Amino acid sequence: MSEVARRPFAETVPTPAVECRELSHRFGSVQALDGVEFVVGSGEVFGLLGPNGAGKTTTIRVLVTLLRPDRGTVRVFGLDVVHNAMAVRRAIGYVPQQLSADQSLSGYENVWLFARLFDVPRAQLRSRVQEALALMGLEEAAHRPVATYSGGMVRRLELAQALVNRPRLLVLDEPTIGLDPVARAGVWQRVQELRARTGMTVLLTTHYMDEADRLCDRLALMHRGRVVALDTPARLKQSLGRTATLDDVFRHYTGSQLEESGSFRDVRSTRRTARRLG
Amino acid sequence: MSAAHAELRAASAEVRPHWWRLLPSRVWTFWVVELYRIRHDRTELYTRAIQPALWLVIFGETFNRLRVIPTGGLPYLDYMAPGIIAQSGLFIAIFYGIQIIWERDAGVLAKLLATPTPRVALVSGKAFAAGLRAAIQSVIVFALSALLGVSMNWNPLHLAAAVLVVMVGSAFFSTLSMTIAGVVLSRERLMGIGQALTMPLFFASNALYPVHVMPGWLQALSVVNPLSYEVEALRGILVGTPANLLLDGLVLAAALVAGVTASSTLLGRLAR
Repeated sequence: MSEVARRPFAETVPTPAVECRELSHRFGSVQALDGVEFVVGSGEVFGLLGPNGAGKTTTIRVLVTLLRPDRGTVRVFGLDVVHNAMAVRRAIGYVPQQLSADQSLSGYENVWLFARLFDVPRAQLRSRVQEALALMGLEEAAHRPVATYSGGMVRRLELAQALVNRPRLLVLDEPTIGLDPVARAGVWQRVQELRARTGMTVLLTTHYMDEADRLCDRLALMHRGRVVALDTPARLKQSLGRTATLDDVFRHYTGSQLEESGSFRDVRSTRRTARRLG
Repeated sequence: MSAAHAELRAASAEVRPHWWRLLPSRVWTFWVVELYRIRHDRTELYTRAIQPALWLVIFGETFNRLRVIPTGGLPYLDYMAPGIIAQSGLFIAIFYGIQIIWERDAGVLAKLLATPTPRVALVSGKAFAAGLRAAIQSVIVFALSALLGVSMNWNPLHLAAAVLVVMVGSAFFSTLSMTIAGVVLSRERLMGIGQALTMPLFFASNALYPVHVMPGWLQALSVVNPLSYEVEALRGILVGTPANLLLDGLVLAAALVAGVTASSTLLGRLAR
């Protein structure tokens, strides 16, 4: 496909990285998504913030072509995620919520696998794998089995796997869940460096206020399958008064039911991640 | 470094191979990954050699003396060795679906499915990875057979053909396993069903005795059992018994295509 066809109107109107319109999806009797709307500009770090069960992960699953929505459209750089799934996949680097690196392989082999699955040309394979590992500070540990990695290292390895394709959009589902504070700061730093160096668009979900505040240019606050507020962290806070924190914003829009609203499925996968981190 | 970063932004989507090139490319990729796995941990290769060794030594040596099974004049060990080679592949492949359920639980499957890999290519890659592991396992059983004095055709071309048959047969059984995985969605249930399946697959085949000694209904079962065709081909290639190699090859290939179709159709249930 030509460059023009891939990015329609590239010269005139900048195509948004993600355009999500009237997105709805139902799992049995649960309305997981109920008309989600947001637009992520090219080069933005955009956060989906919300309690467990708000629909963040379901939105992500639609966006990375894993789930076909009941209603609504999602476009990634102008490409429909349902009708142009293959092209969308080539533009995205995806890191799921669970720690999902293959423990029976080395770090290098894990990244190599994804380089191959994204059809990185043979002549560039080695250099691209090394480049991705270096970006995440894993050159030293590259040839050690992943079973010996710490939780933070596994997360950075997964980022390397997602980056080896040089994606235009990086999608991170709860990137620091279950990590200790030092490892979390490490992941933040890498994402910020990456952003500063490449201007890559990043879409992440989180339920940590500090993460949303520090990393994101703009935030969409999700609650019960809807976007209930969308703005920069600063303006979201200002809207509630001078001394308001993001916690206050969160509580204002979602009520006080932060603890009760998590679904069993979310809790299960979170526990699984926590267990794996030891 | 920074030059590379400058390229980072728009460099994705630079390569778009046709779908007919994706399939062999993905199969090759999962082959190499399987070799990496085997290199990191060879113990499974050795522990899985114990069972075929016991079959050959205990069952084989005993029935070698009993001479109750009509083998057409062959020593029983020679007759049985190809059956045990096929069985060792079957046992590896029939539990291969456990890996895909594990990958589902660990989020690996979601990540694989979010790459530009058609489901058929992903399942084929996994199937041939199982086939490769079974083929490497079969080489160990070849060596065991040689140690026990089985007189097989050691012509390298025949051995290569036998390894190919084991690979395709085991690839099929792994797709059967992945299909069941797509239905039951849990490791425990897959273990149970896998164990329940191996017995009829193994005993309702010509692996240990010729089909004509079976009761009629069991013979019928053997006719639709791909393992029988795998064993017939192996026996023909390695021991020189009469075999319709063309039919055997066609049946195994057709079974593999059906298995890949079924398991890639059900993969969506696992990805959900």
